[in-house]
Amino acid sequence: MNLLTSSRSKDYCGGVILILMGASAALTAQNYRIGSLNRMGPGYFPAALGILLALTGLTLIGVGMARRARQAAADAGPAETHPPEWRGWLCICLGVVAFAIIGNLLGLVPATFACVFIAAMGDHDNRPRDALLLAIGVTLAGVAVFWWGLGIQFPLFSKDFM
Amino acid sequence: MWQSLMDLGYGFGLALEPHNLFWCFVGVLIGNLIGVLPGTGALTAISMLLPLTYAMQPVPAILMLAGIFYGSQYGGAIGAILLNLPSHPPHAVTCLDGYPMTRKGKGGTALGITMLASFFAASFGIIVMVFASPLLVSVAFKFGPTELFSIMLLGLIAGSTMSRGSPVKGIAMTLIGLLLGCVGTDVETGQQRFNFGLVELSDGVELVSIAMGVFGIADFLRHVNRMKHIGSLQPVRFKDMRPSRAEIKEAFFPMLRGTLVGTLFGAMPGTGPTITTFIAYALEQKVSRTPEKYGTGMIGGVAAPEAASHSKTQVDFIPTMSLGIPGDAVMALLLGALLIHGIQPGPRLISEHPDIFWGLIASFWVGNVMLMVLNVPLIGVWVKLLQVPYRLLFPSALFFICIGAYSVNNDIFAVYEVLFFGIAGAVFMALDFPIAPILLGYVLGPMVEENFRRSLTLSRGNMMTFVSHPISGTILGLIVLLLALQTFFAVRARFFHGSRLPRPPVLQAE
Repeated sequence: MNLLTSSRSKDYCGGVILILMGASAALTAQNYRIGSLNRMGPGYFPAALGILLALTGLTLIGVGMARRARQAAADAGPAETHPPEWRGWLCICLGVVAFAIIGNLLGLVPATFACVFIAAMGDHDNRPRDALLLAIGVTLAGVAVFWWGLGIQFPLFSKDFM
Repeated sequence: MWQSLMDLGYGFGLALEPHNLFWCFVGVLIGNLIGVLPGTGALTAISMLLPLTYAMQPVPAILMLAGIFYGSQYGGAIGAILLNLPSHPPHAVTCLDGYPMTRKGKGGTALGITMLASFFAASFGIIVMVFASPLLVSVAFKFGPTELFSIMLLGLIAGSTMSRGSPVKGIAMTLIGLLLGCVGTDVETGQQRFNFGLVELSDGVELVSIAMGVFGIADFLRHVNRMKHIGSLQPVRFKDMRPSRAEIKEAFFPMLRGTLVGTLFGAMPGTGPTITTFIAYALEQKVSRTPEKYGTGMIGGVAAPEAASHSKTQVDFIPTMSLGIPGDAVMALLLGALLIHGIQPGPRLISEHPDIFWGLIASFWVGNVMLMVLNVPLIGVWVKLLQVPYRLLFPSALFFICIGAYSVNNDIFAVYEVLFFGIAGAVFMALDFPIAPILLGYVLGPMVEENFRRSLTLSRGNMMTFVSHPISGTILGLIVLLLALQTFFAVRARFFHGSRLPRPPVLQAE
């Protein structure tokens, strides 16, 4: 089993993330007043949650290790074996970012077009022409539904009249 | 009793008002459509449409959102039976006998039985809701912060440990959800927490951003380039969908047992729909005289889990509406929707907003009838829609999510929030963490914290207060029992290798 796909290394990885998240939450909560059980400050509850979260992470790692000791070979597990989809992932994320940045600078129409076009290019089977047509279609439909139909507060072009 | 019936009549009056009827129709139609499409569940659909309801009146808004929920369940069965496609986990077990029926040329019958079972079970669930909710409310008025905290704890623990996958991971996700609920201004002191210096976070994280991120964008990230065509299938005609008398007879008792299982599990907070349908199926197999035939196209194997899922759906609304405590992630989302419309669910909901409560109940019936009628002519359309390629679907949906997030506060910041939660959700999903408990934790978080703080202030910091209050103590006992049982089953499964529950197909990405 590959390092990143076996269910045990997933548990280790997840456990480490949980411990980091829990610890940083608990540490951040120290900046707020903790108080006592009787009169809890704003930091009490988040600090407790952070500690619990870190403990959960430890448990996850611990269970993984115990399992390893008992049945190292038996634990194959039906793990997914997909290759990473960098192009798809990148395009989806870029599509959202493009919507946010272009929407802020230029308005709804260019933002929608860019978002759909970039995201559509993430799929191997979409040729640029497909993506272009889809982007035009969604932009027209989106403007019709959201701007014209629902009256959303989002300038079509530029932000001058906002 | 008579009062309930009178109120129900009032509810029907509301639900049948043209514009409420229209939005209920829109809801079930969208839900049905989303249910058929693989990969997108009721959670995605409700989170994507939630921003649209801000401009609406609360009653039609909630009728529509609820309609999406139960509409999607009808849709989910279609994919499961005709294509062996467990689009949504709760319907995975329907594949086991539904798809073999299709292969035998009995797909139409299976769909017909499913609709019959669903309608029967939903009606039963609604009746339970009509009579049980006022009872629960009269008890709920006696609840103080201590009891509320314990009940929410039960809901959170059950919700995180009884879903599929590792209980430890479920608990971790719930804790993350609770932490997300802490972000923003502390209610009691006004202290800013976890806002990382961002003014936009002082009102907390948007519910819609979390939901659309972890159920929308995370889904696209996981499925891009991995889900293409879904397959071909034979057309189903209306004539085929009418089950014969013998088939109805065969399905009747499984339907009844499934309904009861669903009702029972619906009343328990935190038990997910997937576990409910699995138990209904396992029960059928156990009581059957021919258990070996299950998996080869038994009508009972279709009727029981579908009935269970529908009665559970309706009964699920009882704690959400009358206690303000959602049983699962979908309920948490609907609860959030109510809060956004300025309605506080809880014991006072029925008396303060009878229009919401009784209108919703009546609309369940209206919506279920609509679904029965709709599904007959539309089944062909749905089947065609299954062939819309994913490569066109997800970019369009991505735009919908972006603009939905923006429209919550007319603020671009929410779009970045969605992206953040989308990536985080995808990472956690890749590490086999269940995602739904995040939402449950997030929605309950502020309430849990408030009641925890209040009950400890009342008891002067004595933790024993949760045990010494009788109702709260009983609930804590239930939690211990639940955890003990789970440990027992987990240990037993480890020693005997392999559980008794059937293994349904997993959504294949090709």
